[in-house]
Amino acid sequence: MNKILGALLLALTLSACSTTGKETTVEDRTSSGATQSAANGTPAGTGTETSGLGAESATGSSLDGSGKYAGDPRKDPASPLSKRSVYFDFDSFVVKDEFSPVLEAHAAYLVSKRESRVILQGNADERGSREYNLALGQKRAEAVRKALMVLGVTDAQLEAVSFGEEKPRDEADTEAAYAENRRVDVVYGDE
Amino acid sequence: MLRAALLFPLFFLALLSAPFTARAAMEIEVVGGAANKIAIALLPFGAAQNQPVPSLAQIVGDDLKRSGQFAFLDTGGTPPPADIARVNAGVWRSQGAEAVVVGQVVALPGGRFEVKFRLLDAVKQTQLAGFSYTITAGQWRTTAHQIADIIYEKLTGTRGAFSSRIAYVQKQGKRFELKVADADGQNPRTVVRSGEPLISPAFSPDGTSLVYVSFEDKKPIVYVQSLRDGGRRKAAAFKGSNSAPAWAPDGKRLAVVLTRDQASQIYLINVDGSGLTRLTRGGNIDTEPVFSPDGQTLYFTSDRGGSPQIYRVSASGGEPKRLSFNGSYNVSPTVSPDGRYLAYIGREGGRFRVVLQDLANGQTRVLTDSARDESPSFAPNGQSVLYATVQGGRGVLGTVSLDGKTRARLSESGVDAREPDWGP
Repeated sequence: MNKILGALLLALTLSACSTTGKETTVEDRTSSGATQSAANGTPAGTGTETSGLGAESATGSSLDGSGKYAGDPRKDPASPLSKRSVYFDFDSFVVKDEFSPVLEAHAAYLVSKRESRVILQGNADERGSREYNLALGQKRAEAVRKALMVLGVTDAQLEAVSFGEEKPRDEADTEAAYAENRRVDVVYGDE
Repeated sequence: MLRAALLFPLFFLALLSAPFTARAAMEIEVVGGAANKIAIALLPFGAAQNQPVPSLAQIVGDDLKRSGQFAFLDTGGTPPPADIARVNAGVWRSQGAEAVVVGQVVALPGGRFEVKFRLLDAVKQTQLAGFSYTITAGQWRTTAHQIADIIYEKLTGTRGAFSSRIAYVQKQGKRFELKVADADGQNPRTVVRSGEPLISPAFSPDGTSLVYVSFEDKKPIVYVQSLRDGGRRKAAAFKGSNSAPAWAPDGKRLAVVLTRDQASQIYLINVDGSGLTRLTRGGNIDTEPVFSPDGQTLYFTSDRGGSPQIYRVSASGGEPKRLSFNGSYNVSPTVSPDGRYLAYIGREGGRFRVVLQDLANGQTRVLTDSARDESPSFAPNGQSVLYATVQGGRGVLGTVSLDGKTRARLSESGVDAREPDWGP
């Protein structure tokens, strides 16, 4: 659980650090000597380099006297709300029954807090076409979005996006890694 | 042309002989026999002091070898001709050569070089081509590629593609670089650097621009970038995902895939971002569009039939027609410059390989023997296919001839390369 959250925070941190360096230009040399279009070295693009602050320090989970969890309910390890990933079969966008409790818990939370917003980030394993996997990740995120809307969450609370196979959580070349990467992450806007 | 005139037995040729074997950086694998190959005696060029390395003959030989259409006589130990205007082609004819290539490099003042080469018909003992160039050291490889193009065209009747360029994405750690290199993978130059993924680069039909997808704004956005000055702008940045760009043959319009209406659908848009029209309709995935050479048809990947397959649709819309039927995963179509063939990635037995399909009769042929092929792209002369695959856990680029018999690995070792496109 903490591992998953940690990975999520790491992913957020990484995605917050964007660097678009200064581009170099391409020379087009021809040896016939007749036409020469050489690079003039003009830097292009925004050339911006930004860096996010990354994840805040770890949030403590307070226990009240009875030992009952008293922090943010979404972080209660005993609650299905603490589970943030929905996993899929290869080339599939069908939300499996085993994830119903997780989606029901998030739907109930979002229905009770209408100001809450989540981004549903679809992912795919690294096999096959990058563009098809981008579309497949989108379709997975859409499937989760529709499942949440059926449970009463409003359209305005949800955004479905896809990283395709571009941001694997597990970069290993194994079936276990592929399975880990075929998923949708539920990411709250206020976390 | 020469081909038709010569039917000399080639069985005693020493194929892939020593002087022109590829450098360690490039591997060429010949899967089939030497049938239908044109036999060439490529003699060492007379060298100048301080000339760049590798030699012109080495670069020319590697180019021709990658095409899979030539067999090379063993010219090891043969000195360069003293006078390239007086070469006895008959000597090489008696050893089976159909053509002889000779050349010479002379140093000129100011660090320049004079390069001369001649291509001889070994049978008729006549000159097929002869050129002279005055170049700088920086034009060394370009000159070699031009010589290879001339030899290729004179001997096969098809124009060469050795002077063309490729684009690809290189990943190093968490950094992504979009690169443009010569067709042999050498001379790479970076045109975009980013800390976020870059995918799907494609050369404009005139080769002056690249379109690509960048995730730098936390979601995929389509950019068009000039290769002359590096200036770029957003061509598609709508709500949701913007990806899979493809140039129309006139270079004025793009096909793109947007999720603005939820499902991934194909749209047409002018390069300046105006005139958006939706081409496909449905709730399924439609992606990876590519235009036919006449601009009238688009080929694309869709899962509308329950698994990803290749379809075609008129550029003016209408009902798509399914084209791929083998297996449950066929993606990433690309069309040959003459419009006769599709190449795409098909999965069979868990392996993703490059498939060639004849559009006239639907016949298919698997061109590669690897397991993780992606992103096929035809050479501008249509004679081979560039693709990405995985070797030793790293992405590498390769080319394969249309008969599948000659495969070459392009990229330098230690480089994680993917998403190649073969440009003009």
